[in-house]
Amino acid sequence: MKRLSWFTMLIAAAILVIAGHELPRVGDPKAPAAIHVSPRYIERGHHETGAPNFVTAVLADYRSYDTLGETTVIFTAGLACALILGIGLGRSGDGGDA
Amino acid sequence: MRPLFGSVVLDVACRLLVPFILLFAIYVIVHGHDSPGGGFQGGTILAATFILIRMIRQDDQPWGLDRTGALVLACCGLLLYSGIGLLSFLFAGNYLDYGVLPLPLEAGKVRFMGSFGIEVGVGMGVTGVLILIFDVLTEESPQDDQSGEPT
Repeated sequence: MKRLSWFTMLIAAAILVIAGHELPRVGDPKAPAAIHVSPRYIERGHHETGAPNFVTAVLADYRSYDTLGETTVIFTAGLACALILGIGLGRSGDGGDA
Repeated sequence: MRPLFGSVVLDVACRLLVPFILLFAIYVIVHGHDSPGGGFQGGTILAATFILIRMIRQDDQPWGLDRTGALVLACCGLLLYSGIGLLSFLFAGNYLDYGVLPLPLEAGKVRFMGSFGIEVGVGMGVTGVLILIFDVLTEESPQDDQSGEPT
């Protein structure tokens, strides 16, 4: 079983190395990531969103759903923290002993 | 006279630092469009002010917001964010499409104000959650007080 796991790991590593050669170089202007939506953001982001900074244009306008999800994640984390540690928010009496 | 913050050094340092940290937090949120910053960072700095005062001050009464207030603030931030999204539904746009909001401004500025609104919402949410987590983690539970010190 241990040899099998080593064998699987080596195959996965080989696939990773071979596939890594196919990736576009960092900063390649012809990479798929750089020719799909990025030129639109750079050329027309300021005009379309009114934000002078295109990090803000992407974060707060083009990708608002994403930011809403991030905020919800943080909110849920805080709420879960409060509930797990068992504070009674405005509720008196014995704490929840599970 | 007993200083408000427990010791004179902490008192003076706190009184000197807190207004500038508050101002910087608001600057980071409001100026997040033009420079690095925004709701997440500004909200964290804002929460750092509250946490600093809580760490220095030994009172039972927390400064500014208590636990429930922090939770309400976080809820209000999230509601502001999704409320702006729903508001653009009501004015026949897509969800979170700020361009359709009926503000008396030119077209580009309306989108700008919409995304500024959600930054404020994010800032409120992050501030509330961080204060809430700090308060919850530093709270002494009443059950420990009743059972006494475990040996």
